[in-house]
Amino acid sequence: MKLLVPVKRVVDYNVKVRVRADGSGVETAGVKMSMNPFDEIAVEEAVRLKEKGIATEVVAVSLGVAACGETIRTALAMGADRGILVETDAELQPLAVAKLLRAIAEREQPGLIILGKQAIDDDMNATGQMLAALLGWPQGTFASKVEIAGETVAVTREIDGGLETVSLSLPAIVTTDLRLNEPRYASLPNIMKARKKPIETLTPAALGVDPSPRLALVKVVEPAKRQAGKKVGSVAELVAKLKTEAKVI
Amino acid sequence: MTALVLLEHDGHAVKQPSRSALAAAARLGGEVHALLAGSGLAEVSVAAARLPGVTKLLVADAEAYAHALAEPLAALLVALAPAYSHILAAATAMGKNVLPRAAALLDAQPISDVSEVIDADTFVRPIYAGNALATVRSADATKVITVRAASFDPVAAEGGSAAAEPVGAPVVQGGSRFVSAELVKSERPELTAARVVISGGRGMQNGENFHLLERVADRLHAAVGASRAAVDAGFVSNDMQVGQTGKIVAPELYIAVGISGAIQHLAGMKDSKVIVAINKDEEAPIFQVADYGLVADLFKALPELADELERGA
Ligand SMILES: Cc1cc2nc3c(=O)[nH]c(=O)nc-3n(C[C@H](O)[C@H](O)[C@H](O)COP(=O)(O)OP(=O)(O)OC[C@H]3O[C@@H](n4cnc5c(N)ncnc54)[C@H](O)[C@@H]3O)c2cc1C
Ligand SMILES: Nc1ncnc2c1ncn2[C@@H]1O[C@H](COP(=O)(O)O)[C@@H](O)[C@H]1O
Repeated sequence: MKLLVPVKRVVDYNVKVRVRADGSGVETAGVKMSMNPFDEIAVEEAVRLKEKGIATEVVAVSLGVAACGETIRTALAMGADRGILVETDAELQPLAVAKLLRAIAEREQPGLIILGKQAIDDDMNATGQMLAALLGWPQGTFASKVEIAGETVAVTREIDGGLETVSLSLPAIVTTDLRLNEPRYASLPNIMKARKKPIETLTPAALGVDPSPRLALVKVVEPAKRQAGKKVGSVAELVAKLKTEAKVI
Repeated sequence: MTALVLLEHDGHAVKQPSRSALAAAARLGGEVHALLAGSGLAEVSVAAARLPGVTKLLVADAEAYAHALAEPLAALLVALAPAYSHILAAATAMGKNVLPRAAALLDAQPISDVSEVIDADTFVRPIYAGNALATVRSADATKVITVRAASFDPVAAEGGSAAAEPVGAPVVQGGSRFVSAELVKSERPELTAARVVISGGRGMQNGENFHLLERVADRLHAAVGASRAAVDAGFVSNDMQVGQTGKIVAPELYIAVGISGAIQHLAGMKDSKVIVAINKDEEAPIFQVADYGLVADLFKALPELADELERGA
């Protein structure tokens, strides 16, 4: 079974982003970029499925500017076999990403597509569900455990009240949550090996998809800053302040 | 212009985040209908019909909807969509699972985690873990929206009298099957509905020590939450995680104990009215957002706090 893993290039999770003064967005120039952390978890899961002999090939896909090729290289260094870069300078929103990924899925015919549950830049948490809809496949979102048995996959999902397990017929979509696994670091030899692995470059036009955004961005602002408050000297003082000053207890 | 709100329920009552979604729907300025889907809805449909502001309650009662699986629910929403300008749900695990799937089938770009309604087409949503707020405008024929419940005061549980109407849409199975659920039982208020939340982080050292938090929570009728580090380490269950990728809370009082204050954690609680931090490291970033900071060892401070509250009660 072939696995497809979409990996997004995002501002590194350690970076404290700055909103551009003109309200046009968040400053990304000169900012450290990395693979979306949930997508690292997705790659790790796919590579483990290959190591277990359940999957035969892992294909990493990234959509966006040419530099997304670096994100694919990271996936290849973690153990993916080859990459597909859909190159465009257009702003991609989840609906367009889902349509592009559908086109790729139709070409590649994977048995399972593993995505991150959420990209930590747009915080949309939508692409996997949308791709599942467009392909007409079942979905197992927010996965903390994935078990493939024959023609089905059992997905344990992190839901609001705890955990839930669903059984999906393959082909299916899985989106990863934080507890699914701990992604490996790529070793130096594997980073070297990854340089030789193939990356195919495509365009939205070649896939027959119009990637134009549907949501117009009106403006981006910084949220109101919280004032740092005061330090209290003791538990007794804390309780007194909460009672008489903040009046919350 | 009519909005449809997908309600979340436990068979008895409608969940509070859905009442926040109703509040957001009311801001759109048109009529509001609600959809209740599940199996065995007699009791909860009585409760749902009393939700204020709802003029019509659609009731889809079928076995296939029993576990709120995304495939049949999205198909149901799509069947109902032609009558609606907006489809909304709370941005809970259920809403986030179902609505984007329906949106794709409607060729709409979902607007996730909306924190403010500007007008019927324009919405504010946090991005980058809440470090920026984006105002976006949608031109889609059906706008599909999940609502950040913590940003909208919920409508009351009662006061309305909607006409209930069964839904005749065909049921779609969609290749998924519910197997089992391991739900965490708790006598405490739900995290997203509690007036007071007290959360523990890696500083708690183990799950056992969470009883120190619970003693305080008992006094304050608080929900107990956690940082990702505490969940990853197995101290407590995943449903307790507060943050960018966990639950978003905005209680009257949030007490962070042994939590450093990473942006991903702050994203889930920085809109709380009053924030208290207890941490032994005076440089911990959590103090930058705390109204009251106590630099102390939590193993000393928590028992003292519980004693103090018991004394005062
Ligand atoms: C993709 C992604 C998503 C994430 N999502 C979330 C999320 O939703 N929620 C979330 O919380 N995190 C999230 N994180 C993780 C986040 O970056 C931090 O790693 C995490 O919040 C740290 O948890 P912590 O504060 O408990 O642990 P630490 O950062 O280790 O802090 C522990 C604190 O406890 C204090 N302490 C230790 N012992 C004591 C004591 N005896 N008395 C008093 N204080 C003590 C220490 O001084 C320290 O400040 C995410 C990360 C990524 C990459
Ligand atoms: N431009 C992209 N390239 C590759 N994968 C993407 C892209 N955008 C989104 N994804 C995938 O979709 C997931 C969810 O993203 P989102 O719906 O934007 O929060 C990510 O974790 C990725 O797996």
